[in-house]
Amino acid sequence: MKLDPRVPSGPLAQKWERHRFEMKLVNPANKRKFRILVVGTGLAGASAAASLAELGYNVESFCFQDSPRRAHSIAAQGGINAAKNYQNDGDSIRRLFYDTIKGGDFRSREANVFRLAQISVNIIDQCVAQGVPFAREYGGQLSNRSFGGAQVSRTFYCRGQTGQQLLLGAYQAMCRQIRAGRIHMHPRTEMLDLVVVEGRARGIVVRDLVSGQLQSYSGDAVILATGGYSTVFYLSTNAKGCNVTAAYRAYKRGAAFANPCFTQIHPTCIPVSGEHQSKLTLMSESLRNDGRIWVPKEPGDRRPPNEIPEEDRDYFLERKYPSYGNLAPRDIASRAAKEVCDEGRGVGPNGRGVYLDFADAIRRLGEPVIRERYGELFPMYQRITGEDALKQPMRIYPAPHYTMGGLWVDYNLMSTIPGLFVLGEANFSDHGANRLGASALMQGLADGYFIIPYTLSDYLASTKQTPAPTDGPEFKRCEAEVRERIARLLSIKGKRSAQSFHRQLGKLMWDQCGMARSEQSLKKALNEIPAIREEFWNNLCVTGREQELNQELEYAGRVADFLEFAELLCYDALDRDESCGAHFRIEHQTPDGEAERNDEKYAYVSAWEYTGVGKAPILHKEMLEFEEVHPSVRSYK
Amino acid sequence: MNFTLHIWRQKGPQDEGRMVTYDARDISPDMSFLEMLDVLNQELITKGEEPIAFDSDCREGICGSCCLMINGVPHGPERGVATCQTYMRVFEDGQEIYVEPWRARAFPLVKDLIVDRSALDRIIQAGGFVSVNTGGAPDGNAVLVPKTHAERAMDAAACIGCGACVAACKNASAMLFTAAKVAHLALLPQGQPERRRRVRNMVEQMDREGFGNCTNYYECEAACPKEISVNFIAQLNREYLAACLDGSDE
Repeated sequence: MKLDPRVPSGPLAQKWERHRFEMKLVNPANKRKFRILVVGTGLAGASAAASLAELGYNVESFCFQDSPRRAHSIAAQGGINAAKNYQNDGDSIRRLFYDTIKGGDFRSREANVFRLAQISVNIIDQCVAQGVPFAREYGGQLSNRSFGGAQVSRTFYCRGQTGQQLLLGAYQAMCRQIRAGRIHMHPRTEMLDLVVVEGRARGIVVRDLVSGQLQSYSGDAVILATGGYSTVFYLSTNAKGCNVTAAYRAYKRGAAFANPCFTQIHPTCIPVSGEHQSKLTLMSESLRNDGRIWVPKEPGDRRPPNEIPEEDRDYFLERKYPSYGNLAPRDIASRAAKEVCDEGRGVGPNGRGVYLDFADAIRRLGEPVIRERYGELFPMYQRITGEDALKQPMRIYPAPHYTMGGLWVDYNLMSTIPGLFVLGEANFSDHGANRLGASALMQGLADGYFIIPYTLSDYLASTKQTPAPTDGPEFKRCEAEVRERIARLLSIKGKRSAQSFHRQLGKLMWDQCGMARSEQSLKKALNEIPAIREEFWNNLCVTGREQELNQELEYAGRVADFLEFAELLCYDALDRDESCGAHFRIEHQTPDGEAERNDEKYAYVSAWEYTGVGKAPILHKEMLEFEEVHPSVRSYK
Repeated sequence: MNFTLHIWRQKGPQDEGRMVTYDARDISPDMSFLEMLDVLNQELITKGEEPIAFDSDCREGICGSCCLMINGVPHGPERGVATCQTYMRVFEDGQEIYVEPWRARAFPLVKDLIVDRSALDRIIQAGGFVSVNTGGAPDGNAVLVPKTHAERAMDAAACIGCGACVAACKNASAMLFTAAKVAHLALLPQGQPERRRRVRNMVEQMDREGFGNCTNYYECEAACPKEISVNFIAQLNREYLAACLDGSDE
């Protein structure tokens, strides 16, 4: 396997423009001769499908949900960044670029990040033109707020539903193309394998989730926009259906998987309340603008919060990071919360929580202002916990939220399998070891609206392909393998449900490979995962049949992939013997507990090659070179 | 807490359905309604029985997947929430709970509590968009939008497309759903060029799908998890009338 990032030459600021000129074009009359398969209908998938169909390509779009409007991008609350500098507060493309590189702890590719910052301004224009109802000022201009540790106001938002509105914009653009017959939409359809013909991605095998039928689709290129893998931890802020299957299948077919250990833990989620819990709910990070985070000074102090006097409280973020205080970046705030809970100072029924207190803000601004500023968030918290956070502090705890790792892609967003492109959270590009707030929506839409239309045409125009009919041997072999696997899942007839295995794996991963990792914990996880997998394949119980709507069967297939993928994640975390961004190895910290990066040895992207189930994958390194920025110690003190 | 559940079971669209009674024991008040069903399903699986099929995904009230009729009310007793945000503490210990799918001619049943809501997608496909290709958009601030218009557009755009409005309506009308999209785009300058065509096409599609008409019961507003106002239906009617009288953009 050879990694060629294909970063264009020339000065950073001119690379994308130069590259766009150098890339080949497909004649408009020829575009309709190409068929493009797009898997996933979140921001990246929907924007790609719509944009490609507008250009004239034949697009087949797939999602496992009942409608393309439901992909998990819809749940993003906070906002989307763009270097518009509408606020005249010193923002610029270069500053957004720099903040993103620094936020990612210098583990991302400069050229990609710079392009992302350049494109950010076009995204806002495009979304406004589609009718996305962004927040406005009284003068009618777009409103901005500052978000997640940025010192400028560059975040555009639609109340607390920015992801929803951006996704509906892309969904509506798709709807227009569906009506025009240029997108064929396949809802309730799950991709179960990638078909590679003569070394190129030429198709997919899918299961119709209503009839249970397997079917193959052939195309000239395959685009995966299938999201992240936070649900490997079982409990996360992701939707129940989020999974790694499409990306993992591609990995097994030869696509390198990059930086799987870069998983982001979001600091402000509602703590776990019990064993039954199916997911964790995020409380918008914006709450940290007005809330003060604290725990009791003494371990085991079980007094109710209002009975703990000021001198017995520890506002630990303000104490440790005086200049950023409660607004410290996500990874830093999360680890600090874990630390105080490990010391026995956590709050709530199970001691895994910290207070987010609005009392000072309410005294300063009054209750109505706080209520208006955070709209739906306080009622939502009350519904879930039964507590009124305007009367007593909120309890929060970190939870898995976003995964920076993903399939390795070059500058053109193409994986190591020619013809397989990967967009959005499913790829590894742009966020390095840690993603800043309001940057995920930006990246998903940049990839789909403004990058793939160019890079795909370059691939199609410079590749000679013969037809790959779905009755060819590669398709038949792939279908047979998928069918056999389904039959195997159904034939075990053991005692335990897929959920019980998922929960067991998730707990292991959270404890051993979560917010803090060590050589010892990772080896323990690597030792235990094969045993869980072994039991899964011997004691799994899947009810029902193949040829019907069978949610247990769908779920079992996804858990089976997580049981292999989890090992890859641990191998990567073990190899990366440094702390950087969201990846914290307890062996590598400064005396005051900060992450200690090792640029000499680890300034690379880890790209893993599959070698077989239970076998150690092969590591390939893409060395990161920094021409414009100088990797520095990330200090938020 | 303990509950007696009566749940609609139906193998497929062609099969006969019936209510089946289940006991839910030792349920925590902190569980969501769907987590309570998860617990029940786990019990069924370990007994070798088929679990109850229902749609859900984000479980935070925004994706619009979940769609249960709970004691005759779409999304259950609490106002302004989706099924996934309904918590067991709003029920009384020992209560009997009836759980059914959305029932409407335009929402054919798929299995158990799952229905096919693709008719709503087709209403949007008929015109619920702004015809603008990617690229070439003017600067975001080139067209000013009064704050009040943007806010009102957002009130309408908050629709999650769950179909509770249809399920709640005795006419199985999709007027609130359609009105929300028509109003969202009619309130913004970007929606003006296609304003007339859009409302005509969307209303016609709505009729073709077999949804009923609005007779002002306002059940839709009461059931809507995003509390979208029926005033938008009044706006839809005005928009539709104006569009029928004015054929200038045909």
